[in-house]
Amino acid sequence: MDSTVQSTVPSGQPLIAARGVGVKRAQRWLIRNVDLTVHPGEIVTLIGPNGSGKSTTVRTILGLIRHDVGTIERAPGLTVGYVPQKLSIDWTMPLTARRFMTLTGRHPVAAIDAALDEVGLTAFSDRDVQVLSGGEFQRLLLARAIIGQPDLLVLDEPVQGVDATGEIALYELIAGLRHRLGCGVLLISHDLHIVMAATDTVICLNGHVCCSGSPKAVAESPEYRTLFGSRAAEALAIYHHHHDHAHLPDGTVVKSGDADDHVACTHPEHHHDHG
Amino acid sequence: MIMDEFLIRALLAGVGVAIIAGPLGCFIVWRRMAYFGDTMAHSALLGVALAVLMDVSITGAVFVVAALGALALIALQRRAPLSSDALLGILSHSTLALGIVIVAMMTWLRIDLMAFLFGDILAVSWADIILIYGGGAVVLGILAMIWRPLLAGTVSGELAAAEGLHPERARIIFMLLMAAVIAIAMKVVGILLITSLLIIPAATARRFARGPEMMAVLAATAGVVSVMAGLSGSLAFDTPSGPSIVCAAALIFLMSLIPTGLKRGPAHEGNMR
Repeated sequence: MDSTVQSTVPSGQPLIAARGVGVKRAQRWLIRNVDLTVHPGEIVTLIGPNGSGKSTTVRTILGLIRHDVGTIERAPGLTVGYVPQKLSIDWTMPLTARRFMTLTGRHPVAAIDAALDEVGLTAFSDRDVQVLSGGEFQRLLLARAIIGQPDLLVLDEPVQGVDATGEIALYELIAGLRHRLGCGVLLISHDLHIVMAATDTVICLNGHVCCSGSPKAVAESPEYRTLFGSRAAEALAIYHHHHDHAHLPDGTVVKSGDADDHVACTHPEHHHDHG
Repeated sequence: MIMDEFLIRALLAGVGVAIIAGPLGCFIVWRRMAYFGDTMAHSALLGVALAVLMDVSITGAVFVVAALGALALIALQRRAPLSSDALLGILSHSTLALGIVIVAMMTWLRIDLMAFLFGDILAVSWADIILIYGGGAVVLGILAMIWRPLLAGTVSGELAAAEGLHPERARIIFMLLMAAVIAIAMKVVGILLITSLLIIPAATARRFARGPEMMAVLAATAGVVSVMAGLSGSLAFDTPSGPSIVCAAALIFLMSLIPTGLKRGPAHEGNMR
């Protein structure tokens, strides 16, 4: 199964395609020259240091922020499930986990139960959302985002506040959803380890797209190493480790001249001045 | 017990206003807009003054002025780096003061300022009651239509917008509904106390509600009880009706705290789990 994941070549019409997108605020470019496409069934992960414009990129693509240059095309009738980075619910609003599930749309009881079950929150369905722990709330956000079976799932740091075991479980859940729902996934994460193993395309952002491609290709690129330093090498090791467990002939499959296994570098100068 | 007709009218008017105010008041509480509501209500006196000056319908003028005030505030909040809190403070009191000054300047007219500031529920006419119930039905009908995007936008505007709802549009419609409620309710509780009829019953309902919809219904119920209690108190003790209703609402709120104590709160909840 993992081999198919790795060799997934995006096909058909993209769900969303951004070309040359830039956002300028207060005389400063928050992001610039960002190209990004997500196809059905594809997991695209944005990585990059703090302040590199990951959230800005996602929010621009969702139409929450106006972009100043570039084009963003959405597939007609695209439905989106969104897990925002920050969400706090005021104490004055009585809201159970169950009621939270129908926040942006009506859903049958069975669908609600199934979604809560999928993230392991069945026992919490009648709890107020404000009393859930950080990890429980993140899982609830994910359940709510997938309940409408969206074409595109957008997750901004979906594992914050989740412990290490929960993190892996969550990423496995997300990877499974992609297969079951056939949805595209746009993911923001700064957790390099797991991202590298569970994603089809990595876009490394630092105000602009500094490199993009398959996880392996990005992990081996000099831009990426400059950006993440020693953590990068560590993540690469883990990445290979995951491959061992997929029982693939080590390296050969990845190396076998896969067309999209090269790094698309859109930053010709190749130097990064991260002040 | 024999009830005079004016009492029946007062009761009907008060109950009608309470039913409208409950659900809207919940959103005021959830969105932390109490001060915003106050500012809109205070601008209503400016509407009264302008209506008298131009000889147009007071209710209509109050609605227009309060609505324009709310839209101006939304626009200012988007642009100005000034904190909304300060902005609201400036607008709230300057519009109130301006209204009072203009009313006072019109020496050729005798306007009962107190009736506008604190309400005159015993003076409501059948026409007022028709306005309250007709207007109220429209307000609640529209609120029901925008309920989902408004509620989702209250939880997270970005989440609602990303998933294709139109929370910003819902918010603007909500502002217009607020302006309508202020225009409708002015005669019952008065400009200075309208916000209390919006937020106190909602705050009372919070404790007992398990969901947002239930809270809206309970807030309306708490408001109706407050109106009945306040009106009875007003008759029994010969006190002004508007403030009596607000006192009753506050008393009911305090009583609602008693049975369960002060357990529910972010600080305490952590310890309980």
